[in-house]
Amino acid sequence: MAEFWNGYLLPGILILAQILVLVVPLLLAVAYLTLMERKVLAAMQLRMGPNVVGPFGLFQPWADAVKLMFKEPILPTGANKVVFVIAPMITFILALIAWAVIPLGTGLVIANINVGILYLFAISSLGVYGIIMAGWASNSRYAFLGALRSSAQMVSYEVSMGFVIITVLLLVGSLNLGHIVEAQHGGFWKWHWVPLFPMFIVFFISALAETNRHPFDLPEAEAELVAGYQVEYSSMSFALFFLGEYANMILMSAMTAILFMGGWLPPFEFGPTAGVLGALWGFFWFFLKIFVLLFVFIWIRATLPRYRYDQLMRIGWKVFLPLSLIYLVIVAGFVTYWPR
Amino acid sequence: MGFLDRTGRTLFLAELASGMALTFRYMFKKRATVNYPYQKGPLSPRFRGEHALRRYPSGEERCIACKLCEAICPAQAITIEAEPRDDGSRRTTRYDIDMTKCIYCGFCQEACPVDAIVEGPNFEYSAETREELFYDKNKLLANGDRWEYEIARNLEADAPYR
Amino acid sequence: MIVQAIAFYLFAAVTVGSAFLVITAKNPVHSVLFLILAFFNAAALFVLMGAEFIAMILVIVYVGAVAVLFLFVVMMLDINFVELRQGFQQYLPFGLLIGAILLVELILILAGSIAAPDALAPAASPAPSLDQVTNTHALGAVLYTKYIYLFQGAGLVLLVAMIGAIVLTHRKREGVKKQDSFAQFARRREEAVELKKVEPGQGIQ
Repeated sequence: MAEFWNGYLLPGILILAQILVLVVPLLLAVAYLTLMERKVLAAMQLRMGPNVVGPFGLFQPWADAVKLMFKEPILPTGANKVVFVIAPMITFILALIAWAVIPLGTGLVIANINVGILYLFAISSLGVYGIIMAGWASNSRYAFLGALRSSAQMVSYEVSMGFVIITVLLLVGSLNLGHIVEAQHGGFWKWHWVPLFPMFIVFFISALAETNRHPFDLPEAEAELVAGYQVEYSSMSFALFFLGEYANMILMSAMTAILFMGGWLPPFEFGPTAGVLGALWGFFWFFLKIFVLLFVFIWIRATLPRYRYDQLMRIGWKVFLPLSLIYLVIVAGFVTYWPR
Repeated sequence: MGFLDRTGRTLFLAELASGMALTFRYMFKKRATVNYPYQKGPLSPRFRGEHALRRYPSGEERCIACKLCEAICPAQAITIEAEPRDDGSRRTTRYDIDMTKCIYCGFCQEACPVDAIVEGPNFEYSAETREELFYDKNKLLANGDRWEYEIARNLEADAPYR
Repeated sequence: MIVQAIAFYLFAAVTVGSAFLVITAKNPVHSVLFLILAFFNAAALFVLMGAEFIAMILVIVYVGAVAVLFLFVVMMLDINFVELRQGFQQYLPFGLLIGAILLVELILILAGSIAAPDALAPAASPAPSLDQVTNTHALGAVLYTKYIYLFQGAGLVLLVAMIGAIVLTHRKREGVKKQDSFAQFARRREEAVELKKVEPGQGIQ
């Protein structure tokens, strides 16, 4: 009995607790990211933004959540029922399970696996299934077209994203996210965005395309596809898509922060490094970086108009892919002839 | 030089950066909107809002049932019936405005010889049923009593231009 | 250990079950979705074996890219099932033959490993044990030394196939107006816009 207790039950409870500690704040962050997006967009368009529910509209996400929960879930008659119901779940779950490998500090990670970056890449490449299944199962032309666009877009941008990740891996020599962050130790000029600046930009733009954000939000282009793959969804299933999308935004920001902006490392070597204080200090910087990147996501949405589909494909295949390939060769050459 | 300039601009995403800088600057600008139920925009003295029937300072109603407003109303929203009152003066027994028909052209107040029917500054009188928008004489007189101060001030402000 | 055993049987059962459903499902889209499930569980089995690199690559390449294209094609094509089933009897012998060959090969490998365990030993574990290096390193160490020519050869084949695909599908059409993005970017305000002061009644000269 003791063996069972120590061998399975205790670690199980511990893992469950870790997951809850990570997921609950994450969902809160998603809720408030929607508010932040509306507020920042409003500010940039000289508007007020939500300000009625609670002080400064701070309870707006809760009002939205309650509204979505009490709406009627509609199952279209022509829909493929099982796939239709599973699709939003897949999107949501994939957005959450990727967080298992995101390190929040030295050793502060649920699953410290050796191929962390590949795991992240694999999960983000699976994200397309939620969308394509939703589009197909809805049995609606708008939804299907949106899904097709989205999957073509995600598959295309994954290629250049993969090459960008490889350049980082060449510099670090490890697939472990913790090691990638540790390799950028020693001030912000040691972070990867300095030597890999073009790749940093390419990665960020690919992340925009990967999360179907503006200016690459073709899958849900309201103007021509009304809402793309989400057309037939309502109530909680729509909310799951919404949550998944925004959780993915946060995930992509965290990924960018880890790969190029030194994760939890402060920009200068100061502040505590060990113990609880050190961990909190690391949290602070990591969250600050994620916050800034999310702000840039929204900022871009406020600035740029939507790309046309052929322009989107052109920039993915004819600009980013060659650029990242050339840079990959250059970085490989540097690493071979001037090893650290 | 031109070539270098252009290439540099493309390479360093100069257009993108300038666009982003513009939106960022706008974030700190003054809001163009007002927080409506709590703040309101300015109204001209000529603003044509909800109708009201005015009274003289003595309390006597101004309307003499000349029916010019009824005649000029292009939407035929006004219905008037009149009879001599006990003291011999000519007054309306019925003065109805169908607010769902009214097009707020302001002809009625232009036509009125005694400044009785006016369009006041109030624009917040939405109702939940159609019936509430069929105004009768009592309602219009009540409006006049309620908005008299603002209406009088507006008429005074606009008087030099008439 | 028991957890690993349970996990193995779970993933294995789902893999086999979904693989069976791939060929029995009526709807081809469901078939592809079950195929994806099978891939995914196969990746999980790789993880259980300690080959996490291969597991992730399996997910990225097969599930993330190849199966998406499968799904694309199957969703877009209007497949006529009746027509599809007509050839079933005709192709059955070939299918059975291929199945039999695969089965025999599997049996041979199994029998070989039982009959002569030493013969397969170098092929089975050419890499150092997992405690010393991560399996990404181990894989790279084998792939780029022992099998470098085969690896490069495989890469060349893929490159040729890629170029071939582009050559076959690319066609240059005459008389089509195309957008030249670089020319558009290169335009400046000074070149494109000319402000003219127009006098009343004069018009533009």
